[in-house]
Amino acid sequence: MNVNTSRRGFLKGAAATGAVLVVGLRPDGALAASGNPTMLTPFVQIGSDGSVTAIIKHFEMGQGPATGLSTLIAEEMGLSMDQIGYDFAPSNPQIYNNTLFGPMQGTGGSTAMANSYLQYRQAGAAARDMLLQAAAQAWGADVSDLSFADGMISGAGKSAPLGDFVEAAAALEAPAEPRLKDPSEFRLIGNPDVRRLDSAAKGNGTAMFAMDIQRPNQMIAMIARPEQQRATAVSVDASGAEGIKGFISAGVLPNKAGVAVFAESTWAAMQARNAISVEWDTSNAETRSSDQIEAEIRAALEAEPTYNVNDADVMAVRAAIDGADTVVEETFYFPLLAHAPMEPLNCTIEQTEDGGILMHDGCQIPTLPHGALAEIFGVPFEKVQIRTVLAGGSFGRRATPQADYQVEAAMAFTLTDRSRPVHLVWSREDDLRSGYYRPAFGHKVRVGLDGSGNIVGWEHRVAGQSIMKGTPFEAFAVQNGIDHSSVEGTVDSPYQIPMASFGLTDTEKATSTLWWRAVGHTHTAYVMEVMMDMAAVAVGIDPVDFRLSYLNGDGPDQQRKAAVLQLAAEKANWGNAPAGRSQGIAVHKSFNSYVAEVVEISGTAEDGIKIEKVTCAVDCGVAVNPDVIKAQMEGAIGYGIGHNMRDKITLTEGVVDQFNFPDYEPLRISDIQEIEVHIVPSAEPPTGVGEPGTPPAAPALANAIAAASNLRIATLPMNDNGASFV
Amino acid sequence: MSISLKVNGKTQEVDADPGTPLLWVIRDDLKMTGTKFGCGVASCGACTVHLNGEPVRACQTYIDDVEGAEITTIEAMSEDKIGAALQQAWVELDVVQCGYCQSGQIMSAAGLLRENPTPSATEIDDYMYGNACRCATYQRIRAGIQRAAEILEA
Ligand code: FES
Ligand code: FES
Repeated sequence: MNVNTSRRGFLKGAAATGAVLVVGLRPDGALAASGNPTMLTPFVQIGSDGSVTAIIKHFEMGQGPATGLSTLIAEEMGLSMDQIGYDFAPSNPQIYNNTLFGPMQGTGGSTAMANSYLQYRQAGAAARDMLLQAAAQAWGADVSDLSFADGMISGAGKSAPLGDFVEAAAALEAPAEPRLKDPSEFRLIGNPDVRRLDSAAKGNGTAMFAMDIQRPNQMIAMIARPEQQRATAVSVDASGAEGIKGFISAGVLPNKAGVAVFAESTWAAMQARNAISVEWDTSNAETRSSDQIEAEIRAALEAEPTYNVNDADVMAVRAAIDGADTVVEETFYFPLLAHAPMEPLNCTIEQTEDGGILMHDGCQIPTLPHGALAEIFGVPFEKVQIRTVLAGGSFGRRATPQADYQVEAAMAFTLTDRSRPVHLVWSREDDLRSGYYRPAFGHKVRVGLDGSGNIVGWEHRVAGQSIMKGTPFEAFAVQNGIDHSSVEGTVDSPYQIPMASFGLTDTEKATSTLWWRAVGHTHTAYVMEVMMDMAAVAVGIDPVDFRLSYLNGDGPDQQRKAAVLQLAAEKANWGNAPAGRSQGIAVHKSFNSYVAEVVEISGTAEDGIKIEKVTCAVDCGVAVNPDVIKAQMEGAIGYGIGHNMRDKITLTEGVVDQFNFPDYEPLRISDIQEIEVHIVPSAEPPTGVGEPGTPPAAPALANAIAAASNLRIATLPMNDNGASFV
Repeated sequence: MSISLKVNGKTQEVDADPGTPLLWVIRDDLKMTGTKFGCGVASCGACTVHLNGEPVRACQTYIDDVEGAEITTIEAMSEDKIGAALQQAWVELDVVQCGYCQSGQIMSAAGLLRENPTPSATEIDDYMYGNACRCATYQRIRAGIQRAAEILEA
């Protein structure tokens, strides 16, 4: 073919008229197919060249949905993994909503696979059935005589690539209920050899993160922010930045939350931001210190809780504990924690030719910034487009109810004449000092045990800063005043504990609170599992046996939790640690998955602890991509252990004390010597994997430290208690 | 001011202040985005590039100090024997999660293997200490380096 480069536009146009088959959902939720990709927002798009593209409705922060949802399509279509590609879905809360979130598109709560498992399989199965039907018609054969494998349709003495039937298939009706494969027919789902689709690009520098977006003629914007939350910008004097090469301008954001500094390059923006001077109004600024926050929480734990979470007869519980043979009691405190995803927050906003707004973002909950942008720019919802690109981690930080950084970018953009795209860039300091943290929490627990070592009463108080109150999520996350995320993992624990009371008191927020990988479970699992350990030790019963005696009911919840506990104990050779080593165990259910972990350490708290090995057992239902699940457990264990070893965010008179990684030290490669993950085979629907590995990690380590050193750590981080790590 | 930089074998003139960190010239002027910004204070390693074959943190390396030096970024590592072996191992073992730190991990790992073709786990830990991975892919990074060493030995 003679390709004339001057006619590329035409060639492209011609290619776009090539047949495609798209399969997705109609707004009423029914499966639908079309030959026109603009008519439907699909889950899968198939070109007449045979290319198959999974359209991923969840964002990819490393947790694997790009691979996972593609696997579902490829499985049902009989493709191999190298025959499928992926693209991120546009923002559309009707079609690409998270079915567990309602009419909202977004990723969180470890739900990506759980809410997509049937949808994407159905789309793949429908595409397969339609292509088979089209082939049967073309060949005058019976559908039942045809088969589909590796992108080829064969039967009736013929064989042809699927692309040949795309045009004809696009004219067919989508089957209402395509036949899904029986699990016994799975070749990809559950196959540990399936590789990630994004590995190569992430290893050779070609992967495109939001930070890598360089729109033609874009400006960089950085924001000068107040030191204290809720202080506001009054005015800016930018004369100090005038000589900086590449500096463009500076202006107070319309919402007064800060000052936008515009420059031709990131370095110029950084320098200019340092050089301007801003007058701040601190009359409403936060002035509390973290010591005060801690004192408020500790005081709340000593008072009668505001909410009786499980409507317990608290007096009876207290009497049972008071009359017990042994009482174990502890008060815990958990500090503020930053998420610190590796890629600092950023996004790019531009105005399209038709006056619409286009944002490029590693976007976790597109529906929230989508609405915010429409409102800020006064354009209809349909005139806002969000192009989701790879996100360099999140751990919850990229999803704020206020769409914080996207709104900030939009505010900055409104200061310009909109002729140039604006790429908002945060520094690491912006990130660590932004004020969005895992809230501080305290727990006070008293457990009474009888002479045989049985729990006869468990009084549990929780106090801390609610995440959901005051956000759009309050309506469904807060019931009778109780923010479930403050107590999840306690009152709903599968442990069958008799005579238990759970109380909650909200304390005032000093910073913005935000879900942080595993949300409430980040503190509740620690408390539950350290208390179980303390109780077991106090009555001289093996910690695994002790836990199992509260998991011996026939409910699946108890059985699944008991099974991971036993598997982790067995694989870690529980109770038989080599000389010089100590073990600790913890087990927790979160996001409908069950995870048990054994941490084995050497050394002592005084001389330095080395984490030699973590053995993990997980039950997350059907393991769609076993290797991705293992990787998520490895990462979640590191996330849980790293922060609890040595990290906290503190405030002095409202000002964050930490600046950058040197004072918020990340987990390093030498901190954990080995992690081994075992997956429980299961036919249950798939549940979460991104978060559930985090909650048991720190308590298992704490229990190992207690076994080695008689040091019970109840105030985090661990190194504030004289525990050192090597 | 115009400074000439030799990046991935190609000499290019850039118009930037002499005290500009190499990281921002690579990303913003040369438009090569494989090298990442993570902290800006030499404590995460996301910005690691090679200077005459040695890993350095580009966020704390200033362009007037590197004029004439051989600068290598992740974009050229597929052509490097060690780089290609690492990339192959990274795919075999699916080392990456979010991936944002991984250019820097591979650049540092290449420096290690050049110096020590068969590093032990402890030697890997010592050398790679400064490369943070917030996704905590460390166990696979360790395995990936050892697998690359194996590929190179074969
Ligand atoms: S960006 Fe250079 S070491 Fe972190
Ligand atoms: S893979 Fe995400 S920071 Fe390393």
